Amino acid sequence: MEKITVFIDGKKCLCEKRQTILDVAKECHISIPTLCYLKDVINESSCRICACEDEKGALVTACSTFVYDGMSVRTNTDKVIDSRKKTLELLLSTHHKDCDNCQKNGYCRLQDLFYKYDIEEKFSINKTPHEIDSSSPCVVRDLNKCILCGRCQNVCSKTQTVNALCKQNRGYVTKMGCPFDETLAKTDCVGCGQCSLVCPTGAIVENSEIDKVEKELQNPDVYLTCQVAPSVRVSLAEAFGEEIGTFDEGRMVSALHMLGFKKVFDINMGADFTVVEEATELLERLKTKKNLPLFSSCCPAWFRFVENFYPEFLKNMSSCKSPTEMLGSIVKNYYGQKEHIERTKMKVVGIMPCTAKKLERNRGDDVDYVLTTRELARLIKKHDIDYLHLKPELFDIPLSYYSGAGLIFGATGGVTEAVLRYVSKLVCKDEAHVEFETVRKAEGIKEATIKAGDLKLDLCVVSGLGNARHVLEQIKNGEKHFDFMEVMACPGGCVNGGGQNWVDFSKTEVQNVKESRADSIYKHDKEMKERESGQNLDLKKIYRDFFIPSPEKAHELLHYKH
Amino acid sequence: MTFEELNKIKKNRLDQIAVRFEEQFTDRYSILVCSSTGCDSSHCGDVFSALKSEVEKLGLGKKCEVVKVDCFGFCVQGPVVVVCPGDVFYCKVKKEDAKEIVSSHIKSNKVVDRLVFHDQDGKLYRKMMEIPFYNNQKMIARLNAGKIDPNSLEDYIAVDGYQALFKILKNNNPQAVVDEITKSGLRGRGGAGFPTGKKWQFAKDNESLTKFVICNGDEGDPGAFMDRSIIEGNPHCIIEAMAIAGFAIGAKNGIVYVRAEYPIASKRIKVAIEQARNMGLLGTNIFDTGFDFDIDVKLGAGAFVCGEETSLIKSCEGKRGEPYKKPPYPAEKGCQGFPTIINNVETLANIPTIIRNGYEWFEKFGTESSKGTKVFSVTGKVKNTGLVELPMGMNLRDVVFGMGGGILNDKKFKGVQMGGPSGGCVCEKDLDTKIDYENLKNIGTMMGSGGMIVLDDSTCMVDLAKFFLEFTCDESCGKCTPCRIGNRRLLEILTKICDGKGEMKDLAELEDLSKYIKNNSLCGLGQTSPNPVLSTLEKFRDEYVEHVKEKKCRAGVCKKLIKYEINQDKCVGCSMCARNCPVSAISGQVGKKYLISQEICVKCGKCFSVCKFNAVEKK
Repeated sequence: MEKITVFIDGKKCLCEKRQTILDVAKECHISIPTLCYLKDVINESSCRICACEDEKGALVTACSTFVYDGMSVRTNTDKVIDSRKKTLELLLSTHHKDCDNCQKNGYCRLQDLFYKYDIEEKFSINKTPHEIDSSSPCVVRDLNKCILCGRCQNVCSKTQTVNALCKQNRGYVTKMGCPFDETLAKTDCVGCGQCSLVCPTGAIVENSEIDKVEKELQNPDVYLTCQVAPSVRVSLAEAFGEEIGTFDEGRMVSALHMLGFKKVFDINMGADFTVVEEATELLERLKTKKNLPLFSSCCPAWFRFVENFYPEFLKNMSSCKSPTEMLGSIVKNYYGQKEHIERTKMKVVGIMPCTAKKLERNRGDDVDYVLTTRELARLIKKHDIDYLHLKPELFDIPLSYYSGAGLIFGATGGVTEAVLRYVSKLVCKDEAHVEFETVRKAEGIKEATIKAGDLKLDLCVVSGLGNARHVLEQIKNGEKHFDFMEVMACPGGCVNGGGQNWVDFSKTEVQNVKESRADSIYKHDKEMKERESGQNLDLKKIYRDFFIPSPEKAHELLHYKH
Repeated sequence: MTFEELNKIKKNRLDQIAVRFEEQFTDRYSILVCSSTGCDSSHCGDVFSALKSEVEKLGLGKKCEVVKVDCFGFCVQGPVVVVCPGDVFYCKVKKEDAKEIVSSHIKSNKVVDRLVFHDQDGKLYRKMMEIPFYNNQKMIARLNAGKIDPNSLEDYIAVDGYQALFKILKNNNPQAVVDEITKSGLRGRGGAGFPTGKKWQFAKDNESLTKFVICNGDEGDPGAFMDRSIIEGNPHCIIEAMAIAGFAIGAKNGIVYVRAEYPIASKRIKVAIEQARNMGLLGTNIFDTGFDFDIDVKLGAGAFVCGEETSLIKSCEGKRGEPYKKPPYPAEKGCQGFPTIINNVETLANIPTIIRNGYEWFEKFGTESSKGTKVFSVTGKVKNTGLVELPMGMNLRDVVFGMGGGILNDKKFKGVQMGGPSGGCVCEKDLDTKIDYENLKNIGTMMGSGGMIVLDDSTCMVDLAKFFLEFTCDESCGKCTPCRIGNRRLLEILTKICDGKGEMKDLAELEDLSKYIKNNSLCGLGQTSPNPVLSTLEKFRDEYVEHVKEKKCRAGVCKKLIKYEINQDKCVGCSMCARNCPVSAISGQVGKKYLISQEICVKCGKCFSVCKFNAVEKK
């Protein structure tokens, strides 16, 4: 493509025609502040913070102004700085600056800009408070902090096609509300939490359970265990200054022990159980040819999506519980029995990359509390634990050993690949395949046909609910047929879950975050000895000792009663 | 329909309605009753029925028709009835007057002088065109105003309707149509004045197979009603123009976006579309030329911002009416992602006439940069309020003091607010400016959609700025920060000044913030919303300073800055003021002097207006 020349702050930049000023500036390492802009999701230029001065002296928004040959833009003139300052002053005049108590403290884009531009309250206005909407177990919406950037709405309606958020009223009293001014719980919200991930301020955060968990930690009558999801280990360390995607199990487990959890188990093992159960279910359905494609059921937001929008497909949903529920069930029933702990005393905390898990928890009693990656980081900081200098520790036996298949659940395609590894081993024995690269790619919709012996499987791997809706419509219209379909509500899967660590999207893009964390997971998988769930010795032992003698127990504990 | 059929209808109908255009006495009469919103609100319907039944009662049905027609423009005199031949203009007609009009004028050919227009000196004007209000007007956009029944397709055909559409379809050269419009120099009448031909050319050059023509009838400026009157009065003209535009750019779909607050307009355009469809003037294969075009009506849900083209597109798509960043311009990517041209009602109303008469004819009117005419709605403190259509290049003084008849109650002229909440104020020294796009811009205001609000010295300029800002605050869509929050902060400062709590530094802040909002807002609404503030601040700064320093409002409008006192020398103790005070702030005894308690007084001004001895003084 033909290159054109653009001057940003006098620096000569070679770029392409269909690029915005912001794109070019990023490539040239010139920083322009943004609030509403989010690549591929929204560039509505509504916040006006990215204003720059063009050669005519006019202020243009960098996020949405296309460059042309010979264009000259300045990003730091007095006019620009003055404009940005005024924008921030105005935003501050409606913003409840409650930083000390804000969950977003330290991660807030707005706070950061207030600091950088030295903004003080200039207008003395009575800020009428909005009621805080904590109706949803997943996220809390505090409009007093909302700057109406529209990121949440766009991610909800465009990426996820859920449309739980929309603007209400107009002018000064415009607010980001829910349809018909209802509370979030009464909408079609699936709890994916992508809105909380992209909000530049503290207007949408997870519905925190830190207080409850802390109380239980202090309670001597409770036997509190926790279990950590696959993708938490590639995100937690970021909160302590490590690079995005740093794989860190040891210090995480060590911190959890220090916090006072009696045992720290690994949901990767739960995932191995899920693989065995789901693969078995798949093979059964293939035999009867009923209710195909089989839908993976690990993702609670996806589950809720089908319930809300496509109830006719509920029969396709796998009856398997999600890995964390399976493990919770095993902890309470198998481990408790083995260790002679009273069932009523046992409580399980799931540590998840996900806000929707807080919704899923209410389905049964396998898991009692759910902390997101962010909440865990906050809890660790609150207890003044010197995370970076902790001595690594191991997960607690007997629910800690996992195969590579269990680990890769954290990224999109992981469930499918894990099931494929298991099925392939079952069918082809020693000639089984382990790597299924086709399902790993970063795209939102991946289709593949996999052969294992006589078995031919048509698969579809989807991440992002908008993509899921697209595929469901195709299945409904008879355009597509699959045997197995994995769906993760969050784009990129759990590595980019709604409860993951907050990343500054003005510095890096969602795509990079997803990839760094997924790469880290796959890299670790590659280094593992056992990469297929059936090879997990501890799992085999539990089946042998506990489930095989009474198969009805497996069904009762590891499957939903529809 | 074929051209022959069209001409047949034209000939037949023209025979029937010829009397409406006659100057000289014939044996037939036509009673034309204005039926647009202005006259409708003063019960023209009753007048119409009364006239009709009176005509029938006297058995004059064959000799005289009674027709509801569109707006005559002289709204302050409504309900207006015009009797033809001769265009005898009756003002403020009540249904009780029907008998006299029919028995005297129709039966005995004797004009009812009591009801014709009288100026303030008592001079009587029988003929419509003799009235000063109509003096310098030139009707192009409002051609045939007051002559045709808006609900009748035949009436429109009779006055050359759909001839222009036939002409271009026969020639079958879309580029020629675009060229004709380009050469005519027609510019958008919605406010910004973008050359219409250029806009069409952009859309025409796009290769997309689907394109849209949108008529922007979302007229929302306070005090503007030109577009309403055009849609109400001549809906077929808009349909014809849209079909011409459709042919020129290669679009098959048209949308008329009209605000739901215009019930008569939206009803009439719908009726007209249906009529045109039934006659084959819309739909497929129009005039057997293979040209397809149809129009939908979309009602706006009451948002001023939807007059801005990108918001209008969003609204047409069924989404929240919020603007988006241009480029891409609608001509490239508009409604549902397809190339779209959006033309204002008045712009479109010019098109058929330009096509019929050629660009050379149109070019003759107006100034070098602004061709043709512009319709203004003259309102406010002026004697003759109503719609006027003027050739560009007339000066403002002639409009206000000529057609407008000067200031109401002969008070002192203070200014003209042009362009509604986006425009600015023209003061005495700029009154001799010739009206065109550039000149108005140079004196710190704009053409806008054509609202002209005349102000006298009872208007407080700070309060005026506050009024318009309240409007834009309400009407801001709430998308971008400067407009959503900035305007509100601006309004708060103005309120502070009006309340007598202002400081000199607030004036600097007003100016600063206004400029920021202007430079940083996303769409035209935000970019122009501080104009009334900036314009009054520049031209009437002394009034601002007075409010701040002396805590005084010279117009006596800002309630917190005025007080009512009873002049003890003049008071006769009649108790009138005390009895009328709604908050019992006035104490005293009959026959003795009365006193107003400033603590209780709410400054409603009731005492001031009821005192017969001018003892109550406003300070």
